[in-house]
Amino acid sequence: MEIDVEQYKKDLLAQGAEVVFSKTKNLTDTPFSYCGGCGHGVAHRLIMEVIEEMGITDKTIGVAPVGCAVIAYEFWNIDAVQAAHGRASAVATGIKRTNPEKFVFAYQGDGDLAAIGTAETVHTCNRGENIAIFFINNGIYGMTGGQMAPTSLIGMPSSTAPYGRNPDMHGYPLSLTNLLAQLPGTYYITRQAVNTAANVRKCKKAIRQAFENQKLKKGVSLVEIVTNCNSGWKMTARQANKWLEENMLSQYPLGDIKVPKTDN
Amino acid sequence: MSKEIKLLKGNEAIAEAAIRCGCDAYFGYPITPQSEIIEYLAAEDPYNKRTGMLVLQAESEVAAINMVYGAACTGKKAMTSSSSPGMSLKQEGISYLAGAELPCLIVNVARGGPGLGTIQPSQADYFQTVKGGGHGDYNMIVLAPYTVQEQYDFVKLGFDLAFKYTNPVMILSDGAIGQMMEKVTLSEQLPRETPDHEWTAKGKPTNRERHYITSLYLQSEVMEQKNLQLQAKYSEIRANEVRYEEIQTEDADYLLVAYGISARIARKVVQLARAEGIKVGILRPITLWPFPSARLKELAQQVKGMLTIEMSAGQMIEDVRLAVEGAVPVKHYGRMGGIIATPTEVFINFKKLFIE
Repeated sequence: MEIDVEQYKKDLLAQGAEVVFSKTKNLTDTPFSYCGGCGHGVAHRLIMEVIEEMGITDKTIGVAPVGCAVIAYEFWNIDAVQAAHGRASAVATGIKRTNPEKFVFAYQGDGDLAAIGTAETVHTCNRGENIAIFFINNGIYGMTGGQMAPTSLIGMPSSTAPYGRNPDMHGYPLSLTNLLAQLPGTYYITRQAVNTAANVRKCKKAIRQAFENQKLKKGVSLVEIVTNCNSGWKMTARQANKWLEENMLSQYPLGDIKVPKTDN
Repeated sequence: MSKEIKLLKGNEAIAEAAIRCGCDAYFGYPITPQSEIIEYLAAEDPYNKRTGMLVLQAESEVAAINMVYGAACTGKKAMTSSSSPGMSLKQEGISYLAGAELPCLIVNVARGGPGLGTIQPSQADYFQTVKGGGHGDYNMIVLAPYTVQEQYDFVKLGFDLAFKYTNPVMILSDGAIGQMMEKVTLSEQLPRETPDHEWTAKGKPTNRERHYITSLYLQSEVMEQKNLQLQAKYSEIRANEVRYEEIQTEDADYLLVAYGISARIARKVVQLARAEGIKVGILRPITLWPFPSARLKELAQQVKGMLTIEMSAGQMIEDVRLAVEGAVPVKHYGRMGGIIATPTEVFINFKKLFIE
């Protein structure tokens, strides 16, 4: 049965209901195409909420990657551009350098940021571009169907390493975030997750910090968000959340990796 | 006001023209024989000393073209330059720029290939440039300068055409034009300004829908419509933007077809031929895409044969043959590996092919 949502809302309000939560205006009404249990939707919502809360919608430009978030701009109700695979931070550089008064962020997955876009990522960070990078790390290529990512864990099966990631053959899980923290061009680097309500709240604070930092012009702020890919991992959403806690978070521990030095 | 005339290298002319036409940003990566473009810009320091134009050395040609893409998304006049091997790296970005319909200027000061090739001049990037070197059905407007003055003038023309059609424009030059020095009449300094184009992504105000810039259309029917819209635009460009120069074609019995540095050789060949009583003329395509096919078809009714002079194994010759549809013989003479043919050797070979 089709429910007329608008009419249902009106009826509830007429009966004296109180609005306690509503979706940010910075998300469109397009339903997320992400799998149930995936972290992209939560990450999208947090970023869009922060932009609305800071009142910077008219000054913000987002850059969407290639990967599951390739059509992120269908969900973000803000001005956005779609970048070639791995090039989001170079595109963001072009936007920010010619529009220094704007807020610019790149939203990238692990394949995009840490494999094909490694050079762009490292040099964007090394130049200290005043942008935010949101790095979604789920240890696998989601959109193309579960292939091995640079962040895949040792032993983790994927469609291109069906017997598990073997370091002799495939190399090691790459924690680019920790490497980037060594660069003087990065200002704020943190690793967060959206697997629990508490972590969602912490992640939102980090995202807010990344946007606030752009006003300081002190370099890149990067928030890595460790999430599950239950479809790619071939698990239920609940299994994937458990697997994330038991496996991903030991390889990619949560917390701040580089925090701005305080002046006092 | 008296004209401002300066002796400039072809590459320097590109750089000076960019500053003077109000370009917002240059992103590039060094490669011979075009590094003078970024070096001249760096020395002029327009960001601090002239117009506020940004000059940024990227970590690669791939990054540079994507920085151009980013700046272009916000309606800025952005450009990059490279030479042949670097241009191969930019092809992905160029395809995205064409697909997303973004204006920008790209300069290729071509050198010999394939592979790492040579740093000497070449015209072997014709196929890559006019046939769409990246993936998908797209075209770029391609301007081919044959003097340092044109090298200078085509920067503003290129940006004007790019914004008129929201399409990438390429200046296809070569190492000879890039490195030679000639007098250039400079233009007035134009203001660096960003007109409020309707399509840009600069931050969404509350009173309009969001803008997003993409070349992704996952539904086949929508993708096909996008392609049809692009093709309609390309048809309009073909109808309106063909540029060429004719030299002594009025009474010509034979036609030389040449662009860039080869067209300068062709001018000398015409003198040699006419001294022997052979009436030779030149059609010099200025736009390589769109190509002056209609005029070549007309000239095929007048001349007995056509010779393309190209510093390649013969690439533009395919477009000349398509244009004349077999009406007259079309032959090619060219040198490769960075060698510029002498007028005498071209003339000797012209006579072998058409007269003897």
